Amino acid sequence: MPSIDETLGQYSELFILLAAMTFTVALISFCWDLATASKTLQAVEDRLARQQAPAEAALVGAGARNGAAAGAGSTASAETGLETAGDSLDYGGRRRPAARIGVALAALGTLILAAGVISRGIAAHRVPWGNMYEFCTTGALVVSVVFLLALTRKDLRFLGSFVIGLVVIMLCAAAIGFPTPVAHLVPALQSYWLIIHVSVAVISSSLFTLTFAMSVLQLLQSHREARSRAGQPDRLGFMRLVPTALTLENVAYRINAVSFVLWTFTLMAGAIWAEKAWGRYWGWDTKEVWTFVIWVVYAGYLHARATRGWTGTRAAWLSIVGYLCVVFNFTVVNVFFSGLHSYSGLN
Amino acid sequence: MSETAKTTRNPAGEPAESGVPDAAEEFVRQIDGHKTATRPSAAQDVTLPSLGFIGMLRWAWTQLTSMRTALFLLLLLAVAAVPGSLFPQRPANPAVVTQYIQDNPATGPWLDRFQLFDVYSSVWFSAIYLLLFISLIGCVIPRAIQHWKAMRSQPPRTPRRLSRLPEYGALALDTGSPVTAVTAVENAARLLKRRGYRVEVRGTDTSMPSVGAERGFLKELGNLVFHVSLIGVLVSVAVGGLFGYRGQKVIVEGDSFVNTLVGYDNFSPGTNFSETQLAPFSLQLDKFQVQFDRESKTHYGQPLDFTATMTTKDGPDAAPRPQTLKVNEPLEIGGTQVYLVGNGYAPVITVRDGDGNIAHQGPVVSVPSDGAYTSTMVLKVPDAKPEQLGFVGLFLPTALENEKGVAFGSDPDPFNPRLYLNSYAGNLGLDKGDPKNVYVLDTTKLKVLNDRTQKSGGIVLGPKETFTLPDGLGTITFDGLKRYVALDITSDPGQGGALLFSTLALAGLCASLFIGRRRVWVRAGTHPDGRTMVEWALLARGEDHRLAAEATAIRKLLEKEWLARPDRPADNSKKAGAASSGTKNS
Ligand code: HEM
Repeated sequence: MPSIDETLGQYSELFILLAAMTFTVALISFCWDLATASKTLQAVEDRLARQQAPAEAALVGAGARNGAAAGAGSTASAETGLETAGDSLDYGGRRRPAARIGVALAALGTLILAAGVISRGIAAHRVPWGNMYEFCTTGALVVSVVFLLALTRKDLRFLGSFVIGLVVIMLCAAAIGFPTPVAHLVPALQSYWLIIHVSVAVISSSLFTLTFAMSVLQLLQSHREARSRAGQPDRLGFMRLVPTALTLENVAYRINAVSFVLWTFTLMAGAIWAEKAWGRYWGWDTKEVWTFVIWVVYAGYLHARATRGWTGTRAAWLSIVGYLCVVFNFTVVNVFFSGLHSYSGLN
Repeated sequence: MSETAKTTRNPAGEPAESGVPDAAEEFVRQIDGHKTATRPSAAQDVTLPSLGFIGMLRWAWTQLTSMRTALFLLLLLAVAAVPGSLFPQRPANPAVVTQYIQDNPATGPWLDRFQLFDVYSSVWFSAIYLLLFISLIGCVIPRAIQHWKAMRSQPPRTPRRLSRLPEYGALALDTGSPVTAVTAVENAARLLKRRGYRVEVRGTDTSMPSVGAERGFLKELGNLVFHVSLIGVLVSVAVGGLFGYRGQKVIVEGDSFVNTLVGYDNFSPGTNFSETQLAPFSLQLDKFQVQFDRESKTHYGQPLDFTATMTTKDGPDAAPRPQTLKVNEPLEIGGTQVYLVGNGYAPVITVRDGDGNIAHQGPVVSVPSDGAYTSTMVLKVPDAKPEQLGFVGLFLPTALENEKGVAFGSDPDPFNPRLYLNSYAGNLGLDKGDPKNVYVLDTTKLKVLNDRTQKSGGIVLGPKETFTLPDGLGTITFDGLKRYVALDITSDPGQGGALLFSTLALAGLCASLFIGRRRVWVRAGTHPDGRTMVEWALLARGEDHRLAAEATAIRKLLEKEWLARPDRPADNSKKAGAASSGTKNS
């Protein structure tokens, strides 16, 4: 077995700390973007409203407002006058400097993190996902890469503070909670199924992370929409940057569908590996139990989307519960529950 | 279920129109057999008493197979699976369960009463999944029949007002164009067919011919395959439980094992297992090699590799074959798998009794409890005379002493092997005939010969050393060291089926989730000014975010076909359809 490159391993840890700091600044930018959204937008609208001829303004009333907003890449519901981001999730004309800085920093952070994760893999001569530290760092990398890839096609910057927030949490958890120096894999993990099973699990978890954020926003947005319908004032101004609850629901559904397939595959690959390693493909080990629970919850979610009275808010709750199970499976189960899957690297 | 809900919550998020399009409604009804079936049940609720017995049964069946019940049972299943991860489970670890009940005398028996230590074979867990699968069968059968019919029937008739469907487009051909309404429809039918639609041209003898097209039958088929495959997986698991078996065997270097019931240390047969199922193979452990990390400062001594060199024979008369067994790389012998699940040290020990005879000679398996292979060991010597002897203690491959003189294991390799034992004399209680765990010795009724509290002290033995027991009861010698492997030997005839059905399920799931099932209608007519007018509309079944893209693709195809100037370029959304309604035949 080739020996571990300890120096490179230390550089890797340094990269990861650096990435965590970069992401933290990115997170602040994204939060700034949301926080100022309500204020700047209000200012833009006021200015536009003042430019309109008073007679015209009187004539079309809210229509002028809507027009201005729509011009800025967002829409306002004709019914409620409530402003949200456009349903197409395309980039609009509105300038959001803080969000741009956030994206740029997130991209930079992703590059540094990639350097950290890859150098760790090189230092260890294997895929860098063999213990909790490595799950967290690789997971954070996949989350941010998936997010950036999604950003190239759709304007999902409104998710930035949530997604990058989770990335920061994962990196902090790795650096503070599960610090583990580079090492070889124990025999139980020396299998190509590690590469297949864990990589797909990490990708799937990353997608669930995105949909979790969307489902939370969906609940907030539908709350906001309900208040608006009831004629109450808008308390969640930053939600203007976020699309309608229905759009969020539909996008989250699409991603959840893909992620569910990947999770199904994770479960199957895990079973095949368990058969190779332990001689049975299913044994209700704690980790297996929770993987199954997650699978069933998301199957429930997919069903809910097709059940009258269960779409919308209830489905969103199921998606959130599913993600909480993912987090539980990854943290509490790995760290506190004993089982055959005791490879957290913590002792 | 809400096909209707979905259709009305159309992609643009517009509020539903007052009248759902008639064809759409029919579509929804057709594809939605079992779900619509649940709709009248609310009304039946009220008139329950007049239903009679059959009616009641039918009502119960409708309830059970409704989408809502399926969802409820699914969520219940998720919740019910959780306790199995919170409490120790008998099948995995019976000893831990016994310990747990002893440690929690108040709650333990109650938990046991509710089968919380056997969650996955408990009455309530089984009830949930059986109900779920009955619901599944009740759901799949009518849907399969529906789908069979749908696949063989023609695309539904062209709705009167296409502009009401979620995706709508129209274009007008130039006045000079040779394309008549009928040719236009025929062209469209050809194009759609090439795109994978099943088409039917109708009304060619009228002034407004049209084509109905449909595709994506694989979506529903995938869904059915997925659900049926889940049943297949369950059946395969059951087959494994009925006809499979699983046994454990510890083999010390140089020893061998023959696959018979008596050969096993531990054996759990399936419900319908018969001994004739045991393949007549044998195997011998020639050598077991381990490799620990000697380079890393932080992970010094972590295991890197375990390799067992074996000689196997498929039957008593078969030729011996050399084979290697590693973690993650099981051996396959005669439909049976052999797994390397553990290993440890077996110190070779000789015990002479008070009469000077050899009462025990050979390796004693010790059970490692940590990364330094600090191993517990129990040796029972029932043949010793005048009194039976027992030894309990530790084996340390590399023993070090701390400042208080307490020994601890510091490395998994045998750099300084030591035995630390207490010894006992008396009746070991082995002759009662009931099976006893070889790794446990109940010392409460025995006379203590050696331990740290006695004057005689504990036994400490290095290699080749001998210790003389007090009262002339005998001697114990540490002759040498061997390694052993712990093997799991299993046969699961359901395994192949489980793999097959879960793969099918995965394929069906992909088809179901990612294939769009849609219908397209194209209608043509002639405007009073002589132009040929074409309009078309699309309708999806269920979730289909690519419907708009498909509409665009179809518009492009039609335009390319006729090289027509689009009436309203790139404007084929529903709203645009309404806006360009001037081009419609009316
Ligand atoms: C073993 C339990 C079940 C599991 C794990 C399960 C899982 C799933 C999943 C993952 C989907 C979404 C993927 C797809 O559309 O194929 C789905 C869809 C569906 N399931 Fe199930 N299911 C179960 C039981 C049932 C039962 C009992 C029913 C009937 C009452 C049912 C009816 C449906 C229907 C109608 C759909 C299609 C939904 C749509 O059109 O979007 N399922 N199921």
